Amino acid sequence: MAIKGTELFVKALIEEGVDTLFGYPGGQAIDLFDALYDQDKIEVILPRHEQALIHAADGYARSTGKVGVCLVTSGPGATNLVTGIATANYDSVPLVCFTGQVPLNLMGNDAFQEVDIVGVTRGICKYAVTVRKREDLPRIIKEAFYIASTGRPGPVVVDLPKDIQQEMGTEEYPTMVNIRGYKPNAAVNMRQIKKAVRLLQEAKKPLFLIGGGVNIAHANKEMTKLVEKTNVPIITTIMGKGAISSQHKMYLGNIGIHGSYAANHAVTDCDLLFSIGTRFNDRITGKTSEFAKNATIVHIDVDAASISKNIAVDVPIVADAKLAIESILDVLQKKTMEVPYVSEREEWVKQLLGWKQKYPLRMKQQKGLTPEKVLRVINKRYKDSIIVTDVGQNQLWTTQYIDLDENRQLLTSGGLGTMGYGFPAAMGAQLGNPEKRVIAISGDGGFQMNIQEMATAVVLELPVILIVFNNGYLGNVRQWQELYFNKRYSSTCLRYRKSCERDCMNPDKCCPKYTPDFVKLAESYDAKGIRVEKEEDIEKAFAFADENKKGPTIIEFIIDPKANVWPMVPAGNTLDNMIMDC
Amino acid sequence: MEMTKRWVSLYVENQVGVLAKISGLFSGKSYNMQSLTVGETEDPTVSRMTIGMLSDDITFEQIKKQLNRCVEVIKVVDFTVAETRMREILFIKVGGCSLADKEEIFRIAQVFKLDVVDYRGNTLLVECIKSEDDNNEVVELFNRAFPSRIEVVRGGNVAIERA
Repeated sequence: MAIKGTELFVKALIEEGVDTLFGYPGGQAIDLFDALYDQDKIEVILPRHEQALIHAADGYARSTGKVGVCLVTSGPGATNLVTGIATANYDSVPLVCFTGQVPLNLMGNDAFQEVDIVGVTRGICKYAVTVRKREDLPRIIKEAFYIASTGRPGPVVVDLPKDIQQEMGTEEYPTMVNIRGYKPNAAVNMRQIKKAVRLLQEAKKPLFLIGGGVNIAHANKEMTKLVEKTNVPIITTIMGKGAISSQHKMYLGNIGIHGSYAANHAVTDCDLLFSIGTRFNDRITGKTSEFAKNATIVHIDVDAASISKNIAVDVPIVADAKLAIESILDVLQKKTMEVPYVSEREEWVKQLLGWKQKYPLRMKQQKGLTPEKVLRVINKRYKDSIIVTDVGQNQLWTTQYIDLDENRQLLTSGGLGTMGYGFPAAMGAQLGNPEKRVIAISGDGGFQMNIQEMATAVVLELPVILIVFNNGYLGNVRQWQELYFNKRYSSTCLRYRKSCERDCMNPDKCCPKYTPDFVKLAESYDAKGIRVEKEEDIEKAFAFADENKKGPTIIEFIIDPKANVWPMVPAGNTLDNMIMDC
Repeated sequence: MEMTKRWVSLYVENQVGVLAKISGLFSGKSYNMQSLTVGETEDPTVSRMTIGMLSDDITFEQIKKQLNRCVEVIKVVDFTVAETRMREILFIKVGGCSLADKEEIFRIAQVFKLDVVDYRGNTLLVECIKSEDDNNEVVELFNRAFPSRIEVVRGGNVAIERA
């Protein structure tokens, strides 16, 4: 029986197991939305802006492991996805983004709401394609889900011209995929694994460096087992945090420009850096020529192009993290291998654990209300939760102080660093995990980039707790301006008004009233809001939020505008050259 | 690190946008592409590209990996090490030729095995299918002999593994 393209679309989504679709209608997508109206297997979520829409799909995908699905109209609907596509691409998040398109015969004519979205997104997604024949539609949708979710996951764009949507054609949806140019690696080279294991056994100062790949592969249990079996200390990137419980004895913290002392010094001093699922981004390496320069480097990654891209690697292994770790555990199980340098290794571990104890992460400011204290309350109060950050100081503090384990997950835009990500991604996470406590942590800057989603959270009755660390500044840039730009706070003060003196250099000054009033804003959206200015009110605010089970609660924490993120590796320096605080 | 000339041959899906994807990858990642040719193969669903570039060893490895990563790329063949047959088409048009110039052009054509393929009034068109290096020499020769009077069009290399 012949069916319309739109009917095939709905059928395909159901076959792919899609239960939630993030959509925003428009002229070239109206047929698709009409077809969705007839079914009840897929819940269609209507955010208030397409950028927030794709971040919500991203948060849904990261927190559930399923593919996030977006549907928007052509032109502006499609271009509003661009930042979210790049965000997902950087952090390897599986998304399929369907965009309406003008009919084939109008494409290229500068038709109303026409944009070459495949051309626009070509460099920032895993795959982008326009469906040009109705007969190709089922295969292309099948391939889109397959490409998005296999190998190194990523976003796929499928552009659907209106006439393809309306055209009658096959109702068959394929069950198999065969793409000749895309064969994700499903095996692991055992010779390389054995070589890596031997290095691991023979090293005097071995260290695990774990990136987001281990979390994406859900290899947390295996990773913990490997650490415990080998007794090798472990550090993570921001995206890798949680690969092992952050409370684990052998966990030294995050590496990088705001990493912990122990982690950054460990990587500088180790003689074997055993890295899994990281791409050695410049945020973690510092000066690359000095990075782990005494170490032999083993690198396991599912993406061959991530190996030896930034840092030359001695033993490359292209494999899925889980498969690789399981193989390592297998080899360790079967062979009793000698550890020749037992006492050196004990000494190494002792040294690192000593550093961890001597230089714990703590904010310089210890009195009054601080982000650190708020985060410590979250650690204590919400064992089973998903924490979603925005970008900036709020993110850095969270990645420093939040404790993660199998019950508490962190979502953050680590690669692209997209402000405005946090709140909508938290909505998506809440939709995918209705039983979990979802907490979005933002600054006053980032929250305002997708503040309109208050309406979505209210109408969907999502009990997201939205923490706004309000320091009245774009704090991370302000910190840099304070340290490296002579306190010239160019375009970072959010209290600034036209009547202010232009070159105000004083965050302490008595300033104009902050706008908006976040508590009143919450109320105007029919949500709850509370402002906290004192340390002793932190717990009460969370108790207030916990009572609101039918909608979002904003907790605005008024924090010191001068609070900075420490420690910090100044740009261009080596990792062990850290400013602890000043 | 030393920059050297390298060649890869790509088997790609013969689809709209694939050429843009490959050239966009080079520009987006700041790889130094020098020439690109593309054409359909014996299988109309597959095109083959020959790409010449200038790069160091590390960048070249990255380029190959990034190309391999594209869903539309079926296979990447490194021609830097393979034994290949490589040719480029070159047209040179020479205008304002005197009788002596014309004789000179025919003599050059004879010596260098070029074809004079068109001849109208005082203008001659020469066609040459040689390696890129040989073509460079031919262009240089014509530039010296007929300064400011020549027009050159080059097709970029196509290459295939030797039989």
